[in-house]
Amino acid sequence: MSRRGNRWLSLPLLVASVSLAVTAAAAAAQEGEAAAAHAVNVDYWPLLFVFVLASFIGLGVIRRVSRLLHTPLMSITNAISAIAVVGSIIVAGSDYPTEIRIIGAVALFASMTNIVSGFLITDRMLKMFKTDEGDHK
Amino acid sequence: MNASFVQLAYLVATGLFVFSLHWMNDPKTARRGVGAGVLAMLIAVLATWAQPVVVHHLWIIVAIALGFAVGWPLSQVPLTAVPQRTALSHAFGGLAAGLVGTAKFYLWYREGPENLTAFVMIAIIAEIILGYLTFTGSLMAAGKLQEVKWIPQRPVTYPGQNLMNIGLLVIALAVGVALIVNPTASWAPAVFPVIIGLALLFGVLLIIPIGGADMPTVIAILNAYAGLSAVAMGFVLDNKLLITAGALDGSSGLILSIIMCKAMNRSFTNVLFGAFGQVQQQKAGAEAQVYKPETPESAAQIMEQASLVVIIPGYGMAVAQAQHKIRELYDLLKKRHIDVKFAIHPVAGRMPGHMNVLLAEAEIPYTDLVEMDDINGDMPQCDVALVVGANDVVNPAARYDQSSPIYGMPIIDADKARTIFAIKRSKNPGFAGIDNELYFSEKTWMLFGDAKKVIGDLVKNLSDGSGMH
Repeated sequence: MSRRGNRWLSLPLLVASVSLAVTAAAAAAQEGEAAAAHAVNVDYWPLLFVFVLASFIGLGVIRRVSRLLHTPLMSITNAISAIAVVGSIIVAGSDYPTEIRIIGAVALFASMTNIVSGFLITDRMLKMFKTDEGDHK
Repeated sequence: MNASFVQLAYLVATGLFVFSLHWMNDPKTARRGVGAGVLAMLIAVLATWAQPVVVHHLWIIVAIALGFAVGWPLSQVPLTAVPQRTALSHAFGGLAAGLVGTAKFYLWYREGPENLTAFVMIAIIAEIILGYLTFTGSLMAAGKLQEVKWIPQRPVTYPGQNLMNIGLLVIALAVGVALIVNPTASWAPAVFPVIIGLALLFGVLLIIPIGGADMPTVIAILNAYAGLSAVAMGFVLDNKLLITAGALDGSSGLILSIIMCKAMNRSFTNVLFGAFGQVQQQKAGAEAQVYKPETPESAAQIMEQASLVVIIPGYGMAVAQAQHKIRELYDLLKKRHIDVKFAIHPVAGRMPGHMNVLLAEAEIPYTDLVEMDDINGDMPQCDVALVVGANDVVNPAARYDQSSPIYGMPIIDADKARTIFAIKRSKNPGFAGIDNELYFSEKTWMLFGDAKKVIGDLVKNLSDGSGMH
C-alpha cells in the first residue's frame, strides 16, 4: 500500500528533475546568444551541481534525524533557510534605488524574524528532552 | 572584505549547517546543532555585511532590530502553538524569497538588463511563484491551525476547484515563460506583478480545500516549498551558501512530507486535491452501537494490576492540557514498578513530531516515547492501553474497512491490548469526522469527561490506593 504512495511521491522529484533539465537546456541555448551580445552570464553549471549534491547530503543527513525531534528539526531548518538574509542585506544595503532597498529591508526583516524565532524555539524545545536520570542538559 | 574571504566564510557556514542537522540525529547532541547553526548564521551575516557594496547600514540595523522584536515573542509561544508558528515562519521565508526576487528583477531591468539571462529569469520566476504561494498558503495554514474565525476550518470545496487551481498555475507559468523569453520587453515590468498576484491567489486556493487532519502534511510540503524558493534565490544571486541551505531545508520538508503521507496512507496529490476531512455520510441503517462507560475508580484498580501500560496520546490530550496530569499518572505507575510507555503515531499532534515535544514539556523521559512501528509488536503483551484524546490513529477500521476514509492508514494496535480505556470528552466523532469502532469493542471501557479531569481522578484513586496498602 505504501508502494502506491511512493510512486506518487516521486512525482515532485520527477518534476524537479525535468524542470532542472529544461532550465539547463534553456540556459545552454541562451548561452550562444548571450555570448554574442557580450552579456554578463552567471556560470550556472556549478550552481546546479551544488544544488543536486546538497540535496543528496540533505536527504542523507535528515533521514537519520531522530523521529523524536521532527518538530525541532522543522524549526531549525527553517532558521537555516533564513540564510536568505544574506541576499536581503545586499539588496537593502547597496547603493540601489530607494524602492528596491525598501523591498530588501522588508525581506531582511522577514528573514531575521525566522532566524531569531527559529533558533530560540528550537533550543527551547530541545532543552525539554530529558532522560529518566534527570539529564542536567 | 575581499571576495575570497566572503566565500571562505560561506564555506565554513555551509559546513556548520550540515553538522547542525547531523547533530539533530540524537537528543543528546541536538543542542550542539543549534549552536552550530547560530554560529554559521553569524559568520555568514557578518561576512556579507562587511562587504564594500553594502554602504547603507541604518536600514539593515532597523530591520534586524525589528526582526528581533517580532522573532523573540514568536519563540515564546506555548508548545501547542508551535505548528502555527512554524507555518508563519514558512510564510516569512516565502515572503523574503519573493521580495528579493521582485527587487532583483526590477533592479536589473533598469540598471543591468544584461543580467537577465534565461537562466536567471527562470530562477526568478521559480523564486517568486514558490515564494509568494508559500507566503499566502502558509498564512492560510497558520490561520487554520490558530482557528482564526474568518478562515473556515472545514475544507472549502466547489465544483471545478482542481481545474481552476491548475488553470491558475498554468496561466502563471505561461506568463512566466513569456517573461523568460522577453525579459527586457517594455511590458515586462507591468506583467511581472500579474505573476505575483496569481501566485498569491494560488497559495490561498491551494490550502482552503485542505482539512485540519491533513495539516501536518501540508506544513511539511510548505516547508519544502520554502526551501526550494531559497534555492531559486541562490540561483538568482549566484550564491552557493543559499543553494545549500535551501536544499537542506527542501529535503527536510520532502522527507517529512513522505513520512506524513505514509503515516496516513495518502499521496501528495491526494492531500493537495483530495479534500479529506469532510464529515462522512453515516451509513443509513447502521445499528446503534453502545459505549460501555467505566468509572475512574475501577479503571485505576485495573491499572494497578497491570505490568505494562501503554498510553496512546492524541491531540485531544493537548487541547485538554492534560500532559502534566499524565506525567503524575506516569510517576505513580512507575513507582509501583509498572512499565509505562507512550505510543506515538507519526501524525499525532498537528505537525511532524509534535506529540513528542508536548510530552517532553511535561518532563516525560524521551526514552519512554515509542514510535508506532516499535510499539506495535508489544501491544499483545500490553495489559492496559489508555487512549487519551486520540481517535483515528487507533481505529481498527483502517485495517479492513475499504469504505472508510482512513482505510490503509497504519494504526497503533490498541485493540490488541488486554484491556482498553479510552478517554473521550463527548460522544461525537473525532477530528476527521469518522466514528471509531475500537470504542465499541468488548475489551474497551470508556471514561467520559475532560481528559485532564479524568486523568486527575485516576491519579487521585491511585494515590489513595497506595495509602491503603
